[in-house]
Amino acid sequence: MPFKRYVEVGRVALVNYGKDYGKLVVIVDVIDQNRALVDAPDMVRGQINFKRLTLTDIKIDIKRVPNKKTLIAALEAGDVKNKWENSSWGRKLIVQKKRASLNDFDRFKIMLAKIKKAGVVRQELAKLKKEAA
Amino acid sequence: MLGLGQRFPPFHTAFEPAALHRSYTTTESMAPKDRKPHVCRNPDLIRGVGKYSRSKMYHKRGLWAIKAKNGGAFPKHEKKAAAAAPAEKPPKFYPADDVKKPLVNKRKARPTKLRASITPGTVLIILAGRFKGKRVVFLKQLSSGLLLVTGPFKVNGVPLRRVNQSYVIATSTKVDVSGVSVEKFDDKYFGKKVEKKKKKGEGEFFEAEKEEKNTLPHDKKDDQKTVDAALIASIEAVPDLKSYLGARFSLKSGMKPHELVF
Repeated sequence: MPFKRYVEVGRVALVNYGKDYGKLVVIVDVIDQNRALVDAPDMVRGQINFKRLTLTDIKIDIKRVPNKKTLIAALEAGDVKNKWENSSWGRKLIVQKKRASLNDFDRFKIMLAKIKKAGVVRQELAKLKKEAA
Repeated sequence: MLGLGQRFPPFHTAFEPAALHRSYTTTESMAPKDRKPHVCRNPDLIRGVGKYSRSKMYHKRGLWAIKAKNGGAFPKHEKKAAAAAPAEKPPKFYPADDVKKPLVNKRKARPTKLRASITPGTVLIILAGRFKGKRVVFLKQLSSGLLLVTGPFKVNGVPLRRVNQSYVIATSTKVDVSGVSVEKFDDKYFGKKVEKKKKKGEGEFFEAEKEEKNTLPHDKKDDQKTVDAALIASIEAVPDLKSYLGARFSLKSGMKPHELVF
């Protein structure tokens, strides 16, 4: 019931609306009740409304509004990339992206693989059923 | 002159226009290709407004220098004596109302622009006709604009065939077609055979002739075989590609064509 993810300097958030949709950004300052100053290694530092952000569990150790070099060093030290890619949320997003970029041929190959896997599973199930009977 | 308080660049030295240096008899570089591309003398501030006024441009073009070189007037050359036009007879007939001349049309017929995603060897999905849904290999674009395509025949039953670009989805899968020669195929190859006029025969005679014509001539079958031989070799090199080409494409539940990547 109490909040677990707080808006604070160093909180890593995911942009969920707008030009930078899907990017991981770091909150480097709070402007007012609605907006934060946000920065990422591949974008120009700028303001964004909190409604466009989804907070993650990841937090890094920075002072208010660091320069780009310091920010990148802190991201490395906090190992944000690996933490994100190993989290279940991050993994889901990666899978979604992969599925969206599949070729027609890739989809065909996946269909063949699914049928094969289902066949193997069904065989094992039949064996187990036979033993139980 | 100079004592007027206005600073004016000295007459010939600091402001020598290119016109003075360029000789009009083109002795050194006879081929026009040797010249550097010319920079615009009057850059646009916005569209329609140049940076320099008319008088400034007159000065920049160096017309004053050309005139000075020629002794005060712009150099002229003699007009070529116009060849005497043959005497035209007045027309016999004037139409009562003015006849409108049709507008000039300089358009040239050329084959449809081929989408950048379609290159020789691309796998295409045919969307209409008896082969709808079939995945097929693109060979070349014919001069009529239609695409020459083959199954290959042994893989999915699609022969060497023409298909319109609009009825085709191009996938990003490519097959190696370097071993295939498609030079001999053109639109005439696929045209209907012109029948020679037969004399009126009896009923039985006519039916026998018709039945012969329905089978494919042997040379077309051989063409299919030669084209497909090289293709099938390169298709079997890629795993699953043969079964992919043998399967038909269909939209399943949840597939959104505008979101699919082909």
